[in-house]
Amino acid sequence: MKIAVCVKRVPDTETRIKIAADGRSIDESGVKFVLNPYDEYAVEEALRRKEAAGAGEVVVVALGTDTSQETIRTALAMGADRGVLLKTDQRSPDPLPLARALAAELKGGSYDLILFGKLAVDDYSHATGTMVAELLGLPCVSAVSHLDLANGKGKAEREVEGGVEVVEFPLPAVLTADKGLNQPRYPALKGIMAAKKKPLEVKPVTLEQGEVETLELALPPERKPGRILGEGPDAVPALIQALRTEAKVL
Amino acid sequence: MAAVLAVLEQRDGALKKVSYEVVTAARGLADGLGCGVDGLALGPVSLDVTAATKFGAEEMWMIGDDHAALYQPHLYTRAVLDRIKAKDYSAIVLAATAMGKDLGPRLAARLGVPLVADVTSVTVDGGIVVTRPVYAGKAVYRLKITAPRCVISLRPNSVMAVEQSRTATLQHAVLPMAEDGPVARTTAVKAPAEAKLDVAEAPIVVSGGRGLKEPGNFKLVEELAQALGTAAVGASRAVVDAGWRPHAEQVGQTGKTVSPGLYFAIGISGAIQHLAGMRTAKVIVAINKDKDAPIFKVADYGVVGDLFEILPRLIQEIKKVRGAA
Repeated sequence: MKIAVCVKRVPDTETRIKIAADGRSIDESGVKFVLNPYDEYAVEEALRRKEAAGAGEVVVVALGTDTSQETIRTALAMGADRGVLLKTDQRSPDPLPLARALAAELKGGSYDLILFGKLAVDDYSHATGTMVAELLGLPCVSAVSHLDLANGKGKAEREVEGGVEVVEFPLPAVLTADKGLNQPRYPALKGIMAAKKKPLEVKPVTLEQGEVETLELALPPERKPGRILGEGPDAVPALIQALRTEAKVL
Repeated sequence: MAAVLAVLEQRDGALKKVSYEVVTAARGLADGLGCGVDGLALGPVSLDVTAATKFGAEEMWMIGDDHAALYQPHLYTRAVLDRIKAKDYSAIVLAATAMGKDLGPRLAARLGVPLVADVTSVTVDGGIVVTRPVYAGKAVYRLKITAPRCVISLRPNSVMAVEQSRTATLQHAVLPMAEDGPVARTTAVKAPAEAKLDVAEAPIVVSGGRGLKEPGNFKLVEELAQALGTAAVGASRAVVDAGWRPHAEQVGQTGKTVSPGLYFAIGISGAIQHLAGMRTAKVIVAINKDKDAPIFKVADYGVVGDLFEILPRLIQEIKKVRGAA
């Protein structure tokens, strides 16, 4: 099994977001960056599939600034074999230029599987993996929470509103991972040491000009201050009253 | 002349409520651009799109074919692309649901046009301008589309569906043939034993957290949801990670982002990643024993105390109120 996993460096989910002076991006000072949580499921799945097959290679691909090398090393420490950084300082609020750059790298790589996280917890587009599949003409299942693979075919489950879709597909394919697909391993010390010596190729890329302009990135409007209606069950009538007559939601 | 295309969504032959929101948003966009709106719905032969004709579209295109009863990515993609070949649409609007989050990127990639996903508003100001929450709602982008065509997915519950005086004319089209080449095929939808509302779509969400102490106590949360009527049960990351509740119910940065009319946070302290996922709810009620819990900073109404004492009373009072209504 030759498997590619595309990963992204994102702020930790517990980060308090501050807006940068340009008003169009976040202030990254003091922000802890991590491997995107959904990409952890993708890396873990790739490792398990390679282990089950008994042979193969897991290649980690990231797109971003030089700092993404650290993110790739995290995946290498989990057990991936080598990394590729498509290095650029450009950003794009439109996922398509990113998908095109990744597709160009993945094309011709003879991968049996190309895995992504279902979304990155920074831009929340839920798009790049599916776009890459379309650009490469490969079957794709997004937001996979369960996967069976055998004899060059796959069966995936994805959560939809009020149910679970079952999707069948042939390999090679592109899948994007949802929470629930597996329980990602923590890199062991041995893995962390080994990761330092694994190959990581840095390839400069230039993104195509996107067609979405960032006018502003702002904090969401503050909610109006609420109030504590009281303590214990005795406060319930006041709550019912407020919901009925003030908020008019009951 | 250009127009806006609204792509509708159905389940079991019935249109989803978000479809009316999508047509309403498309109408608003079209008014800003000075053009018309067409709708396109795919589904089984039994699909009835009449209800969707009242939200401002001029033409409502329908493909009723039992092969399209389930969401088939390649067929749905092909059908939208065929419609776009027939008419020059400047924007394609669909819902940011499980289906729309899959279909939107496919269309954008095939058309070579930008995608703005999960937007909460669409306006025209010298071009199409959208707002889209990022970092799970901790920040909001205002973006302008500079391309002549784009794909927009709309977050459910962010635009209120509004009926218009105009009624769309019904048009029928046939399901396109499958393309050559390998594709993914949806073979089934497994529904849970009892139909449940999804947290991302429900008008009311009742979420529980660690404060419930053990998984069995979630029955209090379920009872409250039931008493409220059209309510879904949600959960904090802590209880999902602990295996008490399924991931489908998780609200927050690695779960779902929700915007219901009413949100109850029961025994949830309010970690940043959770607040990010529910802060766009219209009304938030928090019940927590710790009066300093961060959840009270975003809640409109708070009750401090033991949830095991408060919930039974609350359930009883809500039953009384709803029984009388």
